[in-house]
Amino acid sequence: MTNHPEFMEYPGNAGRAEGYLLPSEEPVQLIAADGSATGNDGYKEPYQLPGPATLVEGYGRLVMGRRVNEQANALVRQGRMAVYPSSTGQEACQVAADMSLRGSDWLFPTYRDTVAILGRGVDPMEAFESLRGDWHSGFDPHQYNTGLPTTPLATQLLHAVGVAHAAKLRGEDTVVLTLCGDGASSEGDFHEALNFAAVFHVPVVFLIQNNQYAISVPLIRQSVAPSLAHKAVGYGMPGERVDGNDLAALLAVVGHAVERARNGGGPSLVEAHTYRMESHTNADDATRYRTAAEVAQWVPKDPLLRLQKYLHDAGHLAPADSERFAADAEAVAKTLRDGLNTETVPDPAELFSFVYSEPTPQLREQARLLADELAAGQSLEGALR
Amino acid sequence: MTAMAHKPQPQSGTASPAAEPELSGMQTLTFAKALTLAMADSMAVDPSVLVFGEDVGTLGGVFRVTDGLTRRFGEDRCFDTPLAESGIIGMATGMAINGMKPVVEMQFDAFAYPAFEQITSHVAKMGNRTKGKVRLPIVIRIPYAGGIGGVEHHCDSSEAYYVHTPGLTVLTPSTVTDAYTMLRDAIASPDPVIFLEPKKLYFSKDTVDVDALRARYGAGSTAPSTIGRAVIAREGSDATLIAYGPSMAAALAAAETAAAEGRSLQVVDVRSLVPFDDETVCAAVRSTGRAVVIAEAPGFASMASEIVARIQERCFHSLAAPVLRVTGFDIPFPAPRLEKYYLPGVDRILDTVEELQWEES
Repeated sequence: MTNHPEFMEYPGNAGRAEGYLLPSEEPVQLIAADGSATGNDGYKEPYQLPGPATLVEGYGRLVMGRRVNEQANALVRQGRMAVYPSSTGQEACQVAADMSLRGSDWLFPTYRDTVAILGRGVDPMEAFESLRGDWHSGFDPHQYNTGLPTTPLATQLLHAVGVAHAAKLRGEDTVVLTLCGDGASSEGDFHEALNFAAVFHVPVVFLIQNNQYAISVPLIRQSVAPSLAHKAVGYGMPGERVDGNDLAALLAVVGHAVERARNGGGPSLVEAHTYRMESHTNADDATRYRTAAEVAQWVPKDPLLRLQKYLHDAGHLAPADSERFAADAEAVAKTLRDGLNTETVPDPAELFSFVYSEPTPQLREQARLLADELAAGQSLEGALR
Repeated sequence: MTAMAHKPQPQSGTASPAAEPELSGMQTLTFAKALTLAMADSMAVDPSVLVFGEDVGTLGGVFRVTDGLTRRFGEDRCFDTPLAESGIIGMATGMAINGMKPVVEMQFDAFAYPAFEQITSHVAKMGNRTKGKVRLPIVIRIPYAGGIGGVEHHCDSSEAYYVHTPGLTVLTPSTVTDAYTMLRDAIASPDPVIFLEPKKLYFSKDTVDVDALRARYGAGSTAPSTIGRAVIAREGSDATLIAYGPSMAAALAAAETAAAEGRSLQVVDVRSLVPFDDETVCAAVRSTGRAVVIAEAPGFASMASEIVARIQERCFHSLAAPVLRVTGFDIPFPAPRLEKYYLPGVDRILDTVEELQWEES
């Protein structure tokens, strides 16, 4: 079915027709927007609705993600952060990514994936340090096996391939999941990453969060492929599409892709259909390029309310759990408020400290120049006081 | 079929004696072979060193610089990639994040441009972005510059793009010894290195003591790194020629001709473009009071401009004349039959030396 010998040796691939690389005919959905279970007929895999404990955990993560988005948006409005790319309404993709990975696996996120970064266990203030503007990053990727949120589109997909390739060469069973958006699928690095992953048969799951817009440009201007998941076929890996606001379906589809990768089945591509409910960032004005009526259509498809309805109707959501999730989310929101309302003074001397493992003679000279300027400024301040 | 059966595997043991005789003692090596030896010796002592790129495996590279590495170390350690330079650098970045030391080849100078975003936005910035928590020990080998009658896109002097990007170390050797030592230093560096290999030097030869070269990297060695250190390639007292990589041969030939005409020219091989060795270069210029900077790249906003600026800033009171440049013209690299008009040559260098405001004698 593909020309890669290892692909053909994987039991899950053996004997399957080429058409298996194609995504299911409709996006996989296990819980409908009204909160009812839909069954799993007609998809290319017999995806199973995750058990109640998993869904309750996922619900808790969605509550956390939503609260973090709301709090961060508020802090931007209050001028405590320079910028925040909100993921309100599309948190389920990030939650599914986190829940499908082990701690020893790696995640490579984008700038809109702060919820996923927190879900990997990153300290909230470390996760928000770059958004506050103190430095370009705040956490150690190796501590959390999580790449830094990447701004140049699709470039992180190749880093994911490299991490997976190194792990494979050492015989480790690490899986790498990397996130990108619909706009990123137009970038050259998207193509190169998927092709490299397939050629080297490395354990990477590419999860496209198709939120319909790249800032103002709609999907139709990025691609006229039948779906973004269809692009997988050209690389010789399976593609799948999934309702990106249905956490149950995401857990089933992404979980399947991760286990495939872990067991030697190679890379795969998942396209999650979701919607960016807010502007690109606080600096954007979405009313210039889309109607309120269009946004309103997505309100009832909300991932959080949908899962809440399902769990409530099925009797799986204990009041104590709901209270605990709300309290946990509120605690993180308070951490963010307290942390971002505390004045910090980034150290200008650090500008020169990390460019090379040892500062060059030229950087030492420039560091001295800045230090002298600052010292002179301070003594001037002292004299004027 | 086993998982690995489709890959070329190393023959028995770590080395295949028939295919790859172990070099030792005094050897006459080409510049290219010294580079191969540096990679092989690095791979032998450090299993995290990997070599990959286009045609570097079975073929051994279009210039044969990786010849024998796949045979000796196996397809997992030296392998061909799809034809995609951004993919090569991006994958190398991920591998370096995950404990490997990739040594990648860009095949030709101008073929590296598709990788520019990965190099400038990630390779160069990762150490600073993470406050040193993630260093990327990647070596990006680039066959570079002209003088071989190459067609378009095969002869660019692209160093200015890299030296202008903070976070990159940029090296270019010009001797067989430096080919070996500088590449080993590059591979050992915790920082990413752009390693510019002058194509026209690949088949230049020298006789070197391989054991002595290796001893620099043995246990307890205190040999200093070549990174950040310029060298005096020829002593002289009347004026200083400052060159590097592909322009060194012309600089040395000019000094030889000048000597016959009674002018003693000192020649400095910059070799480490970043970090730049102000100390050695300035001491050399102060010792003669006159300087000409020679580089093949277009002169406008170039490495040569930077060297001139640094000398004027630091050595003004020691100068008897303005510092002049002999560079490529500000044009795209010419077609093969026209390159001789473009490349800095002995005559143009000596004409420029004559302009250094010599007192009538």
